[in-house]
Amino acid sequence: MSTVPDLPASGAKAGAATVVPAAASDARQAWRRLRRRPSAVISTSVLGLLVVLAVAAPLLAAAEGQDANTYHDALVDSARGGVPIGSFGGVSGDHWLGVEPGTGRDLFVRLLYGARVSLLVAVGATVVQVLIGIAVGLAAGLGNRLLDTVLSRFTDVMVALPMLVLAIALTAVVSADFPRPLLLILVIGLLNWGATSRIVRAQTLTLKQLDFVAAARLAGSGRWRVARRELLPSLAAPVITYAAILLPINMVIEASLSFLGVGVKPPTPSWGQMLSSAQTWFRADPMYVLLPAGMLFVTVLAFTALGDAVRAALDPREAVRLRVGTRASSRGRTARTARAAASEAAAAADLRKDTSS
Amino acid sequence: MTRYLLKRLGGAVLVLLVLSVAIYALFYLAPGDPARLACGDRCSTQQVEQVRRQLGLDESVYAQYAHFLQGIVTGRDYSTGTAVLHCDAPCLGFSYQTDQQVTALILDRLPATVSLAVGAMVIWLAVGVGTGLLSALRRGGITERALTLLTLAGTGTPVFILGLLLLMVVCAYLQWLPFPTYVPLTEDPEQWAWNMLLPWLTLGFFESAKYARLTRSSTLETLAEDHIRTFRAYGVGERAVVGRHALRGAVPPVIALSALDFGTVMGGAVITESLFNIPGIGKTLIDGVREIDLPVVVGVVLVIGAAVVLANVVADLLYAAADRRVVLH
Repeated sequence: MSTVPDLPASGAKAGAATVVPAAASDARQAWRRLRRRPSAVISTSVLGLLVVLAVAAPLLAAAEGQDANTYHDALVDSARGGVPIGSFGGVSGDHWLGVEPGTGRDLFVRLLYGARVSLLVAVGATVVQVLIGIAVGLAAGLGNRLLDTVLSRFTDVMVALPMLVLAIALTAVVSADFPRPLLLILVIGLLNWGATSRIVRAQTLTLKQLDFVAAARLAGSGRWRVARRELLPSLAAPVITYAAILLPINMVIEASLSFLGVGVKPPTPSWGQMLSSAQTWFRADPMYVLLPAGMLFVTVLAFTALGDAVRAALDPREAVRLRVGTRASSRGRTARTARAAASEAAAAADLRKDTSS
Repeated sequence: MTRYLLKRLGGAVLVLLVLSVAIYALFYLAPGDPARLACGDRCSTQQVEQVRRQLGLDESVYAQYAHFLQGIVTGRDYSTGTAVLHCDAPCLGFSYQTDQQVTALILDRLPATVSLAVGAMVIWLAVGVGTGLLSALRRGGITERALTLLTLAGTGTPVFILGLLLLMVVCAYLQWLPFPTYVPLTEDPEQWAWNMLLPWLTLGFFESAKYARLTRSSTLETLAEDHIRTFRAYGVGERAVVGRHALRGAVPPVIALSALDFGTVMGGAVITESLFNIPGIGKTLIDGVREIDLPVVVGVVLVIGAAVVLANVVADLLYAAADRRVVLH
């Protein structure tokens, strides 16, 4: 795709446009800009709550007095095919969010443990993607021409491959004994690092030309030291931005794979898997559809909103706008705001081009 | 132009070769014995060995891969000892489960996938571009805020949540439609359309959020350009400025992205197809994975890869055709 220079959906271009070496004060300013966005504050609070719930899942389960895998046959109506007894899917003092139809397992605890799986896979896969992306991108940007060509071609191939499809095929051939969450982290992480690597390479190529890097070189720093001390800090802004965009995407991929029955395996609870089994309970037990769907929707939305806010806060053009103090008026169609909008769409389009349909 | 095209197609072939090596390596490393899988549970050891020879699974992995490639280009023959089983080019082998040729199986599933892709694309273009334009032209108003929020919510949401909710409300509660079952267009066009309606809406709405964002930003970008200011200064009416000039800037990226997405959906919208039980390419893949039907998985992954890679080339060509400032090189 990168062969068309003007295509706005080209990640390399979006990255190259955001090059500004970040100093400590820049980081503090970005932080301040981030804190001033209501969407960032709200989404961070939601995600913070979710993380607390997920970490404290065993404690909360103990407080409720339930666990994730005990069947309660007495709580489902076997005459009606296993519909939970009681209103709202069997909500009671013992089962705060009701029970799973068919098995009678506690839904509150299963949702919490599902949150653990979702967060673990999303964060783990993002870490793998970012690490590989930085390693490959830096090597391509700093290496000789041959290395750059080989790595760039390889990245092109990785980006062109249909990711969800390969993930499905991969999960099918790995032995069933392999721990599934770890498998999902590796599969998603190893398949979807191309965009990050492109950004890092583009940034490295530009940064390499700048004076402070040349100065470090002249002062006698070796290639490795330059990469570590001079380039990595400047790469932080774009990498954080892309990581924030990747998180919700990875979470959706995990949920999709589990929904398709090739992700997390029972009895480990997962939201995608619950939604898959909920298909037979539309009419009889709507709560069983709405609860995991709501959890997944809110979490992904919070991550997406946070990613958006982080991107805007770390965008140097935004910084310029604030420093000069000219807030673009609501009808002011300045080139700057338009270009910011374009880079937003470019980032979104590039990363989302083959998300799970 | 010809040179560019050759270069791109060469690149596409390279990607497909890498994909085929990767998928073949997976196939080879997969747990379980392919000969045993092909033969079935009730086969004796002797029968399994016979199947192994017939399918050429006793050869080295390199020879197997070479034969696999050869089968795609020229077709190949499987000797059953007494008779010869011919598999036409492009031969992707035989399904373990049904003994059907994988190529025939895929062609058989193609119409359902095409039905889904075309309908969904109509919806995502209409809804996505419409919403994006509206939000670009109503900047700063409540309309824009509402639309921005809606598209943000739509961008991240997994497609199956939307599909499940539609199924639940429309089919289970309101009972406006029965739960969809696929009816081929050639059998009954009216039933085909009614049954495809929910899948179209689901996939169409899912994709349209992305198009709304893209249309909005590229329209804004064009409106900010100097020549638009000049038109306005000359007194060209707002309607003409937007309709004739701003749209011209908004259209190329939308076309390019549409080509990409059409390719992806043609390669099987795996989730939508399995949610609505549409017997398309994506459903074939997931069924193949569940039944450990390796030749089907390999074949479908290759076909999907080809669809996606070709869509990439077409997207770039269309982009260049729609925006003459772009130079292909």
